[in-house]
Amino acid sequence: MSDLNHTAGAGEERRNFLKVGAGLAGVALAPGVLLYGVSAHSRAPEEAASSRVRWGMLIDTTKCAAGCNGCVSACNNENGLSGETGEQDSQWIRKLNIRHLQTGVEHNLPMLCQHCEHPPCVDVCPTGASMKRADGIVLVDRHVCIGCRYCMMACPYKARSFVHEPLTDQNPEVPRGKGCVEACTFCVQRVDRDETPACVQACNAEGHQAMLFGDLNNPESDIAKAMKTYASTEVRGDLGLNTGVRYQGI
Amino acid sequence: MASIRNMVRAFALTGALAALAMAPLGAVAGVDLPALEKGKGEKCVEDTPFMRRNHMELLKHHRNETMHKGIRTTRYSLKGCVECHASSKTGSVAASEQDFCAACHSYASVKLDCWDCHATKPAKPKAAAQATASQPALNLMPSVQTGGQAQ
Repeated sequence: MSDLNHTAGAGEERRNFLKVGAGLAGVALAPGVLLYGVSAHSRAPEEAASSRVRWGMLIDTTKCAAGCNGCVSACNNENGLSGETGEQDSQWIRKLNIRHLQTGVEHNLPMLCQHCEHPPCVDVCPTGASMKRADGIVLVDRHVCIGCRYCMMACPYKARSFVHEPLTDQNPEVPRGKGCVEACTFCVQRVDRDETPACVQACNAEGHQAMLFGDLNNPESDIAKAMKTYASTEVRGDLGLNTGVRYQGI
Repeated sequence: MASIRNMVRAFALTGALAALAMAPLGAVAGVDLPALEKGKGEKCVEDTPFMRRNHMELLKHHRNETMHKGIRTTRYSLKGCVECHASSKTGSVAASEQDFCAACHSYASVKLDCWDCHATKPAKPKAAAQATASQPALNLMPSVQTGGQAQ
C-alpha cells in the first residue's frame, strides 16, 4: 500500500514539474504561438491526442436553469440517442435537481461522465475496452467491450449505459451498438475537429453559458482561468478521482 | 397391391430421372461471382487486388489509431469506404445482398460485425444542415479563435 501511495505521489510531482515546464516554455514564446504550442486545438488529423492537454468542463450550477433540457437534447441529437429515459435506455447526460435538506436551496446541474484522471471504470474493465485517452477523455472501445457491465457498477456517477437492443441508422461519426457499454465521450468527434461538445454549444445557444469546456492544462484557456478564480467542486471528491468535470455553486 | 407398388416405383423412377436431368443444367450455370457496383470515386485508395486481400487489416489498424489515439486521417477510414461504396439503389453498403460489402461477404460466407454499430449509409447532408441551422456555430473556444487570428 505504501508503495502505491509513493508511486502516486511521484506521479503528481512529475506532473507538476511538467506543468511548470510547459508554462516556462510558453513564456519564452509569443502569445499567439504559445496557444498553438501548448494547446492541442490545432492538432492535425494525423497527430495523436497528447497528454499535454487535459480536456475538462466547468459547470456553473447557478446559471443552469430549472426546466431547461437543452444540453440533454443536444447530446441525444448529436450521438443518436433515443431520448427515452427508461431503465434500459442510454442516457449520456442527465439533468439533476438537488436540494439542501436544511436550507431547502435548490440547484440544477447536468450529470455526465466526469472523465476522471483515475477512472474506476478503467480499473475494473477486464478487457481493456474502458480506456482513457492521452488527453483525458474516458472512452469505451466497443471493438473490445464484451458487455460485462463491471464499469457501470464501478462508476460512482452512474454515468454509463448499456445498449440492450439492436440499433440502426446511427450517426456515422458515433458508432453505437447492442451489447456494449457507452457513456459521454465529450463529443470526441467534435473535439477532434476543434469544436466544443454538443451540450456546451446548446447551453450557450440557450443563453445560459453554464458550461465551459476547454483544456485544463493550458493556463491561457478560459476554463483554467475560471478554475483559478472561482471555487469549484468535484462531485465525490473524497474518492480522489480528480474529475475532469467540475461544478461551481454547489 | 402389386399394381400400386409398381406405380410408386414408376413415379420414383421418373422423379429420379428428372432430378438427374436438372443437375447438369444447374452445374453449367454455376454460382455467379458477386457483381459489385462501381464506387463513386475515381479509384480506390489502393489497388483492387490489394484491397480484396487486405482491406480488413487497413480497417483494423485505422480503427485502433482512431479509437485510442484520436488519429482521424481519412484515407483508410470506414466512413470513407461507406461514402464511396454506398449503393445507388439502397444508399447503403450492406442493406441488400447486392450492396458492396454484403455481396462479397455473403458469397464468401464471412459474417460482418461492423454494421452492428457503424452506420451503413453515408451521413445525411440534410440532417447536418438542420443541425447547423438549429445550433449556430458560436465562438465557444475564445482562446482557439484568438490563436487563429494571431497566426
